[in-house]
Amino acid sequence: MIPGSLAANPRLDRWVTFEADGRVAVAFGKMEYGQGIFTSLAQMAADELDVAFERLDVTPAATGEIPDEGLTVGSMTTETSGASLRQACAEVRALFMAAAAAKLGCDPSALDVRDGAVLRDDAPSGETYWTLADAVDLTRPPTGEAVWKSPDRLTQVGQSQPRLDLPPKVFGAAFLHDLLPPGMRHARILRQPNPEARFVGLDEAAVRRAAGEDVDILVDGSFVALICATESAAARALAAAEASARWDGVRDVPPAFGEAVALTDMPQTIHTAGDPAPDHSNRRRLTASFSKPYISHASMGPSVGIARFEDGRLTIWTHNQGVYPMRALAARITGLDAQAIDVIHGQGPGCYGHNGADDPPIDAALIAMRRPGSPVRVQWRREDEFAYAPVGTAMLIELSAELDASGRLVDYTAEIWNTPHTGARGTAVAESALPGYVAPGPQPPRLMPDGSRFSGGLLNAIPSYDIASKRTVEHVIDPSPIRTSSLRGLGGPPNAFAGEGFIDELAEAAGQDPHAYRLAMVSDPRGRAVLERIATMSDWSRRWETGTGRGLGLAYDRHRGAGAFCAVVAEVEVEADVRLVKLWCACDAGLIINPDGAKNQLEGGMIMAASWTLKEQVKLGGPGIASTTWDDYPILRFDEIPPVEIELLNTRDKRPYGIGEISQGPCMAAIANAVAHALGARLRDLPLTREKIAAALLKEG
Amino acid sequence: MTGAIDFTLNGKAASVEAVAGTTLLEVLRGDLGLMGARYGCGLGQCGACTVLVEGRPVNACVIEAAALAGKSVTTIEGLGTSERPHPLQTAFLDLQAGQCGYCLSGILVSAKALLDTNPAPSRAEIATALNGCLCRCGVHNRILDAVALAATRMRDGVAA
Ligand code: FES
Ligand code: FES
Repeated sequence: MIPGSLAANPRLDRWVTFEADGRVAVAFGKMEYGQGIFTSLAQMAADELDVAFERLDVTPAATGEIPDEGLTVGSMTTETSGASLRQACAEVRALFMAAAAAKLGCDPSALDVRDGAVLRDDAPSGETYWTLADAVDLTRPPTGEAVWKSPDRLTQVGQSQPRLDLPPKVFGAAFLHDLLPPGMRHARILRQPNPEARFVGLDEAAVRRAAGEDVDILVDGSFVALICATESAAARALAAAEASARWDGVRDVPPAFGEAVALTDMPQTIHTAGDPAPDHSNRRRLTASFSKPYISHASMGPSVGIARFEDGRLTIWTHNQGVYPMRALAARITGLDAQAIDVIHGQGPGCYGHNGADDPPIDAALIAMRRPGSPVRVQWRREDEFAYAPVGTAMLIELSAELDASGRLVDYTAEIWNTPHTGARGTAVAESALPGYVAPGPQPPRLMPDGSRFSGGLLNAIPSYDIASKRTVEHVIDPSPIRTSSLRGLGGPPNAFAGEGFIDELAEAAGQDPHAYRLAMVSDPRGRAVLERIATMSDWSRRWETGTGRGLGLAYDRHRGAGAFCAVVAEVEVEADVRLVKLWCACDAGLIINPDGAKNQLEGGMIMAASWTLKEQVKLGGPGIASTTWDDYPILRFDEIPPVEIELLNTRDKRPYGIGEISQGPCMAAIANAVAHALGARLRDLPLTREKIAAALLKEG
Repeated sequence: MTGAIDFTLNGKAASVEAVAGTTLLEVLRGDLGLMGARYGCGLGQCGACTVLVEGRPVNACVIEAAALAGKSVTTIEGLGTSERPHPLQTAFLDLQAGQCGYCLSGILVSAKALLDTNPAPSRAEIATALNGCLCRCGVHNRILDAVALAATRMRDGVAA
């Protein structure tokens, strides 16, 4: 079988080429921003080809240079891109074996490869990939017949390999933010306060005075850019422009819209799926309502983009999630033919989904088209990134369940209110400023390969247990009151937070230990193994009585109901605030390519989830987002970080599952469950701040 | 408005002309083209721009360049190079203490300032010293471990 992105980019030389001096270049369509995918994909390629890892070079991402694999999303790179690259490498290896056999006059079965050298009956044959390279035409499509190595024959996959992208980063280099093409000019954008606002004017003299050097004030409709030779001057010009700008049509967003519960009153469509509703005759029924607020990606580095328009060609430098989607976006917005656009990728800060990264390159492209010749760099400020980048949607999650006489969960309903989780995909914030802009209508439904409706809001909406009857009701608010788009895990982590909190409540109602209650409902042996392991790791049996101020909480899920199995236990102390004492994670993500890299990802996801759970909420006010600095949007700091212990199970399984998004949901829920255990009262609305703890205790007392 | 500012940058004499109100970060990344100190917030809230002034960590985004006259400034570029890494840089690579790495410049120089005054810091002391630096990727534990590892190696005189 030919994996999807290899079938879509069906020339083997797009994926693998043998370079002079004994090196191998591999290319794929996924972007590195610290997840370690360059390294893990190179490990897979090295293994399939039987060459030393050190020989591999990953082709830098640029349109025309690498296969088109769309966006780097959903933590699917290892699964999807990895499968295509492995298949391509296996095909290439087979072609070289055939060529070597022909040249040596032997049967291919007598041949093997060691570090790129062809062995015949285990002795050097004198041939290598490089001596044979001219004899093998890789411009051909894959046959689908080459077979990957079985897991027991993999020697490089499964080794902890230091990341290829990390060394420059400890020496202060590596980021697109540092690129200074000759003749570059710096621009800042005077942004519309809200998409409906129309630009009326500004005090030009004040702007020029403030800049202290030449400033080119570009106005097209409501798109206003201030272009200078230096970034400092552009920044000063913007400050003066903001102080003097006049707009029509500024409208304020009520701060209350920032709360998830406000979604219930907004125009919405309703999608129902699953089993018919039960005739709740005599079974015990429980309900509870959970929520999470809008959450910012809050990347450490505000986004940047560079563009140049020269001789009819537009070149864009970006750190976004995919060069081909950027090209399509730029083509749609500028009206240029996609073939007239080159997109070059550079490293950026972690994005954790659709943050601001798509926007400054489009800002820069719009300027470059109107000011051809010099490269133009647009650096967003921290305030821009917080205010104008898409955020993860708020969610209200109402759950109801029925228990049979033994207390077992037999019927489950999740009713969810959210905006589209991938709402702002394929859009740029600058568009609404351009003349003739028409706001897009509601998103067309996204379909899964089997034709069913895909919604990010439904991921993990049903907990990962054997439940006889289950259904979902999803309310989609589109358009969203603020710009929302994909945030790491989409609805999965919030749904796990809610569902796994609710499972604890059901266990309590059934008078059972939360671990035993869960284990009894998991028949999949891999899920059971993970649950059993986490109990040992965290010494679950020591769990003490409720309401002592110290809590131990557990959560488990299977990612999207079909991926990796993950369980987390959290230990907390709660006084005025929550203090994280320790976190444990047991995870079966199948075949692990780079164990150290996998643990780094899992732990990073847990710390981010802890921060979401305890601290984070985007606040609305004025014309949009009011929380525009780190003071308004605190995240977890060094002195709040607990030790984390992680174990990977079943790591030589045949199939790998993505790991970048699997630890957050269980971690959020484990912390919330630990807090409930510590307090003897449950907090169902994130974040679990000191005010909410005080209110819950007051209610309980 | 404009005047020459003479200072020492990573051990060498440096001189810049800066408009009043220009920050050290603007001078480093703009005039001097030294891109290691990162722009994260411009408000002294995230630590991405941290550099050492007279050995002490400061947020380069909020300190005025004019205040540096006669002072010595160390940036991540002055810490070490791939040929001659600082023990902290070696330890960060050994423990793979980073994901996207955007936070690392500020964290590494902050850690250097700590180890220069406290060669055997506890985990809590390291956390306190780094508390002005944010890391969104959640690599904190590895970073704390890497600083402790570098401290141990430096005490034991192990070459980087
Ligand atoms: S950029 Fe200086 S503290 Fe954030
Ligand atoms: S490694 Fe990405 S912010 Fe620290």
